[in-house]
Amino acid sequence: MAEVTLIKAINDALATEMARDPSVCVLGEDIGRGGGVFRATEGLSRRFGPERVIDTPLNEVGIVGMAIGMAMNGLRPVAEIEFSDFIYPAFDQIVSEMAKMRYRSAGQFTAAVVLRAPAGGGIRGGHYHSQSPEAYYIHTAGLVVAMPSTPADAKGLLSSAIRGEDPVIFLEPKALYRTVKGEVPEGEYLVPLGVGRIVRPGSDVTLVTWGGMVPVAEKAAADAATEGVDVEIIDPRTLWPLDIAMIEASVKRTGRAVVLHEAPRTCGFGAEISALIQERCFLHLKAPVARVTGFDTPFPFALEPSYLPDPERTLRAIRASMDF
Amino acid sequence: MTDAGILSVLRPDGTADPLLDPGLPDPELLSLYRHMVLLRAIDEKAVALQRSGRIAFFAPSTGQEACSIGAGHAVREGDWIFPAYRDHGVGLMRGYPLASLIGQLFGHTTDATRGRQMPNHWCDRSIRLVSVSSPVATQLTHAVGAAYAAKVRGERVAVLATFGDGGTSTGDFHAAMNFTGVFRLPVVFFCENNRYAISHPVERQTASRTLSEKAAGYGLPGVRVDGNDVLAVRKVVGDAMERARAGEGGTLIEALTYRLGPHSTSDDPTVYRSEAEVAGWREKDPIRRFAAFLKGRGLLEDPAAEEAGAKEIVRAAVEVAEGAPPVPLSSMFEDVYAEIPWHLAEQRDSLLSGTG
Ligand SMILES: Cc1ncc(C[n+]2csc(CCOP(=O)(O)OP(=O)(O)O)c2C)c(N)n1
Repeated sequence: MAEVTLIKAINDALATEMARDPSVCVLGEDIGRGGGVFRATEGLSRRFGPERVIDTPLNEVGIVGMAIGMAMNGLRPVAEIEFSDFIYPAFDQIVSEMAKMRYRSAGQFTAAVVLRAPAGGGIRGGHYHSQSPEAYYIHTAGLVVAMPSTPADAKGLLSSAIRGEDPVIFLEPKALYRTVKGEVPEGEYLVPLGVGRIVRPGSDVTLVTWGGMVPVAEKAAADAATEGVDVEIIDPRTLWPLDIAMIEASVKRTGRAVVLHEAPRTCGFGAEISALIQERCFLHLKAPVARVTGFDTPFPFALEPSYLPDPERTLRAIRASMDF
Repeated sequence: MTDAGILSVLRPDGTADPLLDPGLPDPELLSLYRHMVLLRAIDEKAVALQRSGRIAFFAPSTGQEACSIGAGHAVREGDWIFPAYRDHGVGLMRGYPLASLIGQLFGHTTDATRGRQMPNHWCDRSIRLVSVSSPVATQLTHAVGAAYAAKVRGERVAVLATFGDGGTSTGDFHAAMNFTGVFRLPVVFFCENNRYAISHPVERQTASRTLSEKAAGYGLPGVRVDGNDVLAVRKVVGDAMERARAGEGGTLIEALTYRLGPHSTSDDPTVYRSEAEVAGWREKDPIRRFAAFLKGRGLLEDPAAEEAGAKEIVRAAVEVAEGAPPVPLSSMFEDVYAEIPWHLAEQRDSLLSGTG
């Protein structure tokens, strides 16, 4: 097994799935000869040809709508949106068309599209290159929302998404594209959707987090360990449908829960996870569920380091939970 | 809007222009007529059903029958149809069962889509009649994707997408036309310019002289056709579909027509258009016009009997659909995902057990 970056693992997943199944196509802006602005599709055009690696005009409505029609007519499209911040023109196509095709036609038509989009901050990209939009999609019936935090998960989850029968919003933590490396199995490799990962086992506090915040959580947990606090980190990997069983079992054991995400706090996914924990683990809780999140402001360019949760803020929440 | 360059086949005297006549055999001509009559009978019944509170809503196509029946007749097996909500006639012409169509109005168990959407939102995979969405023109980019898939598989099929003049103002329209031109796809964009988008006249949708001329900006041919002339629509759409099947790319067709009734059962058209305007268009009724042609050809004897027959067919279909059992409560949670995930199973169980 080779050590590769997260972006390379995504490229590997696309190439592997395209080689396995001729109906898999990728489409988007600059993805062909350009190989994508983050190089996720590098080399695919040469290998699979421009009919399956489709450079589209600059129009997100067109990309998503076209992908829906391709999926309805037997292809397995993987559409790339250059940054998740640029999806909004196509939001209607996603939430009203792609997500609902199966339901509104009672299963006669489906739109199993995978929409890949770099998300999150940490790259000094300012407001339009840093947002964390997962809650919009989690709130939408019919969508699967996944976000990997390791190269192996990136490959395995993306491959499962491509083979699945539901539309998937596949958010990629762009801050981790080249900053994390890890072993990735060669050839076909699947990580099932809907199953979380215990990043680090622990017995005192359950810390639920995903995407670009996983390394932050790991640092905070290491710091907490020096203070004698044993943190269990859970990365759901698929945000929706959530692996609630894994979280529930963990919180019932530890009695404490902290949710960490970089998206704004209000109506963020942390709110939903907190509610689920309260509903399911109330009698086991020794402290209120805590949230460490981005602020309810637009994403700030200059103040990005203060906006994004860091190990320090996370550690404070862990301590507060322990001291409650 | 000008009246320039509008192609007609049926002349005012009730004969057909021999140079443009698509030359359909007699039984086909009669079938076009009968479908137009059936479509109007459905309209009348559906509006009455809504007025008496038996269905929730309806958007009629009265006045536009030549468009959807003519276009529907140009669709062949293997072709795809991405219709707007007013184009049930296209599906009907392709063989969409009347029982399913009427069943959809009620949303009971005879609705193949299980009461998931309001009336006018039909679909039937077996004839590639794709699910209608309410947001205007969203189906146009889907047509592009379906056409792309057909093209890469080397299938000689065409994709018909229908929409109104209001649809030409949307971003989806631009995206779909542009993609079709760039990828040279077999999509026929059939725009029924019925002069209004709810209360907005077409002059408020565009400053261009015609809608068809927009095609040039996307590298596609644009054609204007008399939308109250079923033979002209059949010819123009048929030619465009043939071009598409032959790999020659897409076409934008602007059919000039008029919606004689309200936009929908929620609309009062008297506040935005004059009785004189409507009366003028009533003179151009596409069904009466085609009936005159058929009579001249000796193919039609008694239009009143045809209309009565259609009404009876619709009445019987309504009786069956209205009497069908309601969809089961549990179906609300099905088809959201390919398999029911835990949270929907929990919500379903709590609803069914009365604990939710
Ligand atoms: C995106 C969107 N905006 C607004 C509406 C509300 N609406 C429903 S029909 C309609 C007018 C559509 O007119 P047109 O496209 O000309 O079709 P017609 O109804 O005349 O057949 C409007 C504004 C809608 N359905 N979708």
